[in-house]
Amino acid sequence: MNRRRLAEENPDRLYTVTGGRAQADDDGLDLVALIVAEDEPVPGMQSEHAAILRLCRDHPMAVVELASRLRMPVGVVKILLLDLRDTGRVTVRHPSSATAPARRADQETLKQVLLGLEKL
Amino acid sequence: MDLRNSDTAAGDTEPPLSDTVRDALKIVVVGGFGAGKTTMVGSVSEIRPLSTEETMTQAGVGIDDISRVEHKRTTTVAFDFGRISLDERRVLYLFGAPGQERFWFLWDRLFSGTLGAIVLVDTRRLEDSFYCLDRLEAHSTPFVVAVNRFPGPRPPLDRVRDALSLPEDVPIVDCDARRRESAKSVLITLVRYLTRLAEAGAPGPMAAAERSTP
Repeated sequence: MNRRRLAEENPDRLYTVTGGRAQADDDGLDLVALIVAEDEPVPGMQSEHAAILRLCRDHPMAVVELASRLRMPVGVVKILLLDLRDTGRVTVRHPSSATAPARRADQETLKQVLLGLEKL
Repeated sequence: MDLRNSDTAAGDTEPPLSDTVRDALKIVVVGGFGAGKTTMVGSVSEIRPLSTEETMTQAGVGIDDISRVEHKRTTTVAFDFGRISLDERRVLYLFGAPGQERFWFLWDRLFSGTLGAIVLVDTRRLEDSFYCLDRLEAHSTPFVVAVNRFPGPRPPLDRVRDALSLPEDVPIVDCDARRRESAKSVLITLVRYLTRLAEAGAPGPMAAAERSTP
């Protein structure tokens, strides 16, 4: 487990990473939205943007996993991801629950989850 | 940014998600400090458990009671997680989250759309679970209770059920969070319970009897 606490992170650096932008209240990105890189990092790109593109280059990676591996708070990573999404450098696979978070999972989904767990 | 010393290098040896995965699901393990949440996540996860943090400023507070945090500008909570690839289309993320008060301010931002929750209980500190149970009920999140068996006296499950004022329909099971088979069995108990709720068309768990906070 990552023992270095984010609390020890320099707030000024995190401020700089996002260009001083605060987290949006409703950013439309779920904690487990899966991110897929559509582009290679290019020279001159902000290093954090490049790091994200490398992490989800060949395989999708969830927002929360990107945050953990980059050692940045989830909210900061979401801001960086929105930059990349808006410029077409990543695509987002939203979780099915995001369309109706208040609704319970349907029986078919639960059946597939159960089958997957039983195979473990 | 220097990534050489980060988890990224170690992560290369872990199974990445399959490119065919389209949908990610969430289950949250909550409980008091030391109840074994991280242990349980780790025992079934296909990756070494990771941790991260989320912060919330006061401006981001929505419907929860803000009066308790009025002296703080930001709230930070740390949580652990692991994952289980279920099939070629689905992955399940398992979160271990602290049950302390400030955590619940972030519940909606972090865990909206969660399938359900596991409340991990240490019977030596039963009262640590009361707040979690109340909050899950308030958020209408269905849950099961897993009693992590630590060394020492083992009160029978029906007595634990009574002490927690659990509704009749909420499953309560024994577990050993260190064991993969045991953790897996708790997850299966939760998903079977969710299936029963879905079949019954239930909107959520029934409200429990009044639970006295110590």
